[in-house]
Amino acid sequence: MMMNPSLKNLCKVIPGTIIEGKWHHNRYTIIKELGFGANGIVYLARYNNKQVALKMSDNGMSITSEVNVLKSFAKVQGSALGPSLLDVDDWERPGKKVSFYAMEFIKGPDFLAFLQQKGPDWTGVMILQLLADLQLLHENGWVFGDLKPENLIVTGPPARIRCIDVGGTTMQGRSIKEFTEFFDRGYWGLGSRKAEPGYDLFAVGMIMVNTAYPKRFTKKSGGIGEIMDKVKHSRELKNYEKVIYNALTGNYQSAMEMRSDLLQVHQPGSASKKSTVQYKAVPQKQAQQHIHPSPSRAKSSSAGRQTRKGYNKKKKKSSTLETFTIILIISLLYFFYIYSQIT
Amino acid sequence: MKTGTIRQILLITDGCSNQGEDPIAMAALAKEQGISVNVIGVMEQDVIDEQGMTEIEGIAMSGGGVSQIVYAQQLSQTVQMVTRKAMTQTLQGVVNKELQQILGGGRTVEDLPPEQRGEVMEVVDELGETVELDVLILVDTSASMKHKLPTVKEALLDLSLSLNARSGDNRFAVFVFPGKRNDVEKLLDWTPKLESLTSIFAKLTTGGITPTGPAIREALSHFNKKRSLRSLLSGDDESFFEESV
Repeated sequence: MMMNPSLKNLCKVIPGTIIEGKWHHNRYTIIKELGFGANGIVYLARYNNKQVALKMSDNGMSITSEVNVLKSFAKVQGSALGPSLLDVDDWERPGKKVSFYAMEFIKGPDFLAFLQQKGPDWTGVMILQLLADLQLLHENGWVFGDLKPENLIVTGPPARIRCIDVGGTTMQGRSIKEFTEFFDRGYWGLGSRKAEPGYDLFAVGMIMVNTAYPKRFTKKSGGIGEIMDKVKHSRELKNYEKVIYNALTGNYQSAMEMRSDLLQVHQPGSASKKSTVQYKAVPQKQAQQHIHPSPSRAKSSSAGRQTRKGYNKKKKKSSTLETFTIILIISLLYFFYIYSQIT
Repeated sequence: MKTGTIRQILLITDGCSNQGEDPIAMAALAKEQGISVNVIGVMEQDVIDEQGMTEIEGIAMSGGGVSQIVYAQQLSQTVQMVTRKAMTQTLQGVVNKELQQILGGGRTVEDLPPEQRGEVMEVVDELGETVELDVLILVDTSASMKHKLPTVKEALLDLSLSLNARSGDNRFAVFVFPGKRNDVEKLLDWTPKLESLTSIFAKLTTGGITPTGPAIREALSHFNKKRSLRSLLSGDDESFFEESV
């Protein structure tokens, strides 16, 4: 990847090259390079007069691994989680075998480039779309992992956000395969690298931060305070402050929850305050266990913990009230039951 | 499934060895004992010289491991990536060996049609998640590494964060070379948590020679020591595992 030129060279192909699969004998004509990631290069190619994207790597296992993910995505009905898989094969070039797979070519600018063209009005819409996709992905037992603007492409019109590069997609409960520091909660000392929905939602929060800070920023001491400082200093992120805070501290249990909160922000007239407090009555207890960072990192995020405590108090009050009401109702019902039995 | 332990040496250095045994030979010795040697070359703005580069690649190659040259800023991501890659590589080797017995004729996973590779990969992924992992980290503390040490510490903490997200057990040990008195000094004995490094690393002094070869040799003997110690406890270990699976 970053410093390993040999990997890039091994499967470097010049435009015009014809690639024929060893097993299925499909012929692809390379048009140009689209980009390269940790495990290979993606090319635009022509197959039967259609444009397809071709991912090649000399590491056959990583190709197989990604194909597994794409195949599993294909089973999810009526959705477009990743690019759809068209073909898997090996290309035997002299001296070296290169594994590749062909997939649907998703055409469009990446997320940040799109926002630059269209303006920040689109941020919320795109994130809403993304969260709906993530919800589906999580429901099917996956976590996207390496979620970042470069891996998001906006196709259209009508504008539709799509995830590409499933290299980091991990089964829930395992450890995240691949990540990018800025979008990784482990890097910021705000959680583990276990694949769970909260991991992706953290990344979504950071993607929103990234829209206001296109150059990103590096960690000083880590912790929620440092990121929230940046958020508070940005005019564009003002509306989203609460949503971002909750995403970064692991308060959301699902993408749906974050989505409905984000929708509230966009609801004209409704103060976003109301919504956040309401939904928070339920998931707080579980969330707390989740977000506790490992002991050594605890120090760095103590600033964040203080703010969190404020929220907790509110929560406790409302939950005791709830418990009390439920007990009261049940005992009343029970009383009536006994009474009816006696008479 | 009962799986063994993957054993790795992770060498973090910024240049050439200049004392003691040939590190490449020592790495080969490690490989013979089923321990892979991975090397990360850390550079600043300066580029590592040709000789250092050759040595780094040589050690990883004869140690059956992975090598990578990086700038100090990228160390965190690289350390975890290299460790993971080496782990997968070892597992693939094991799985390939099994497959060869089934398929015969020296065929490996790559010779299977792509459709069938998927299932094999599932097995490798699953093993990678659950297998026990022992990593002995060797940190070069020669003078030129001095200002890179805080980054190295960060990278190691990050490594433990990554690996501890797996469901399998991890054990880490950290050695530095040159040590205060000897060529090599033990900083941290086998432990599942690397966090205790934070305080120790601050007190580290750097200087002098780069005895890479002796460091690898010392690391090997530490692996063996641990094994004999653990064999005493192996009874308990077994039962614990059956329960947890």
